[in-house]
Amino acid sequence: MILFPHLGPELNETVYLMAAVAAACAVPGVFLVLRRMVLVGDAISHVLLLGIVLAYFVVKDAASPLLFFGAAAVGVLTVALVEGLQRTKLLKEDAAIGLVFPFLFSLGTLLASMYLRNTHLDVDRVLLGSAELAFRDRLTVGGRDLGPRAFVLLGGTFVVFVLLIALFYKELKLCTFDPGLAAVLGFLPAVVHYALMTSVSLATVAAFDAVGPVLVLAFFAVPPVMARLLTKRLVWMLVLSVILAVTAAVTGTLLAIELDITIAGTVAGVLGAMFAVVYLFAPRAGVLAEMIRRVRMWREFHETLLTVHLHRHAGTPAEAEESRVDGLHEHLNWTEPQTAAVVRRAVANGLMVRAGDCWKLTDTGRKRAEEIVGPRLGERGASAP
Amino acid sequence: MIELFFDPTLQTVAMGTAAIGAMAGFIGTFAVIRRQSLQGDAISHAALPGLAAAFLLGARSPVVLVLGAALAGWVAMALVGAFSLSRRLTFDAALGGTLAVFFGIGLALLTYIKKHVRGAAEHGLERYLFGQAATLRESDLWAVLAVAGVAVAVVLALWKQFQLLSFDPDFAAVQGWRVRGLDWLLTALIVLTVVIGLQAVGVVLMSSLLVAPAVAAKQWQHRLGPLSALAAVFGAFAGFAGTIGSHLLSEEGRTVPTGPMIVISATAIVGVSILWALVRPRLVRKAVRST
Repeated sequence: MILFPHLGPELNETVYLMAAVAAACAVPGVFLVLRRMVLVGDAISHVLLLGIVLAYFVVKDAASPLLFFGAAAVGVLTVALVEGLQRTKLLKEDAAIGLVFPFLFSLGTLLASMYLRNTHLDVDRVLLGSAELAFRDRLTVGGRDLGPRAFVLLGGTFVVFVLLIALFYKELKLCTFDPGLAAVLGFLPAVVHYALMTSVSLATVAAFDAVGPVLVLAFFAVPPVMARLLTKRLVWMLVLSVILAVTAAVTGTLLAIELDITIAGTVAGVLGAMFAVVYLFAPRAGVLAEMIRRVRMWREFHETLLTVHLHRHAGTPAEAEESRVDGLHEHLNWTEPQTAAVVRRAVANGLMVRAGDCWKLTDTGRKRAEEIVGPRLGERGASAP
Repeated sequence: MIELFFDPTLQTVAMGTAAIGAMAGFIGTFAVIRRQSLQGDAISHAALPGLAAAFLLGARSPVVLVLGAALAGWVAMALVGAFSLSRRLTFDAALGGTLAVFFGIGLALLTYIKKHVRGAAEHGLERYLFGQAATLRESDLWAVLAVAGVAVAVVLALWKQFQLLSFDPDFAAVQGWRVRGLDWLLTALIVLTVVIGLQAVGVVLMSSLLVAPAVAAKQWQHRLGPLSALAAVFGAFAGFAGTIGSHLLSEEGRTVPTGPMIVISATAIVGVSILWALVRPRLVRKAVRST
């Protein structure tokens, strides 16, 4: 299938491959983000190099599927190691992560550079990934070409993730948002935790060839974070993450091909640009929406303050002085232009009207003030039902 | 073995990595205490686009390149700080996402440079990715020492403030210290440390040099002064031992990279320290029982 006819079959496959990377990483990424474990994902992706190298020592075959599971197992072991270190209470989580993964990563690079020169496992390629070459590694079953190995792997991973989530949606949701309650109800949050860590490891190994350990983190973290800014519901977060991730992957890959630069890095850049847009303009949680909300609150607060001021003095001997049109700003201790602006909006909103030289509250205005300070003394009996 | 220590090139490299290690250990102590151990990781990755952008804009001298790297690292940390203020974003996601996106942009720029800028290959920008301690020259050593001197002087001058900031930032704010400003200054120092070390030990390994010495020192000392001094000593030792180790293990036709060896030495120190911290209470209990 060729969606981009100007590119030729190989580059088309590269585009699909990146889309598969994006989709397969976005799903476990949602849970990483919600559980505040993005940096654990960072650690896992770095140590996979060691996993791949060790598994390679055992099976001596760079194309073996055992490499895949060996690497994933090392990822899960890393999580266990980090948690074990934390449990000694001698160091905190961040320090444990910062200690364990550079160490295992170093071991990986060291072993790879000492013993694996000139083999299929090239250090630079393993570190940075090369989506450009990934399509060459094909998966054939019984002589039939099923497509690039990484694509089949990632597609499969994605389908398995979606099935698992559909099956265990309730359990996942509970364990993510309230692990305490989940434990009390007997849902075994530890099992869900390690299942998630395994998923992250599998997705990373599958994506490894195409994007390398660092950029895979962009796929784990950025799409779910964008989705989080756009919605609060878990289902929508999952769906949006996948859509946004695939959009970024396709755009980034096409851009990279156009500019003749690294595909994985460009996709990460596109993800960053998309995040910037969402961060600024998300309908509710965006920076702009937040600013508009602040201005609105500020205005409402000052209008209310004005009604309270007028309300307090309504019917007292000082009323004429306190609500004078040209002296209001002195009593409120505001500047003149500010007062004028607040008065203009309060009048427009029907909170007060002008009566000669004075401002008087309308019924709406009185109600607004009474919401804050309650009815005036002496009017309590009258206003009670 | 003995003649090794009289090889002037190796001496320079070992002293350079030791100086980087000492500086990273000293400054890293603050990051570890403030539970921001992974800051170094983020900065070292985020520095890459700055380096590449500086190169693209025509900079060729290492000083300008490193300044570009520092600027990018610092911008990334400022962004992480801003993002984590948002109610729907958490620190870990902000840090991880920023790190990966910056690194990706850096890689994209690097590949662009490789293909479109003539003579880029001999500048070896890639050594900033993986680190090549062997390229440390005597002038680099002096640069490292000068920067480390400035960083240490700043920390010592503001010792009381940094101490308060590390252990009780709320109290520091109540006392009227400018916590924001101090925070930015400390971040700037960490950025400086990271970019200085980058070309010697590389992106991933630099983050370890900030964390490991401090974690090891914490198992022996609790007071900030001795703690940071001990971390500096551990860092220096890790740098030195890693360099010598990689030199000893290298043979004809097979070079053992220095960066990973430094990290492994640093982690070995942590391992010993943690074992000691686990065993010590038992020994003490035994001693108390026998008296």
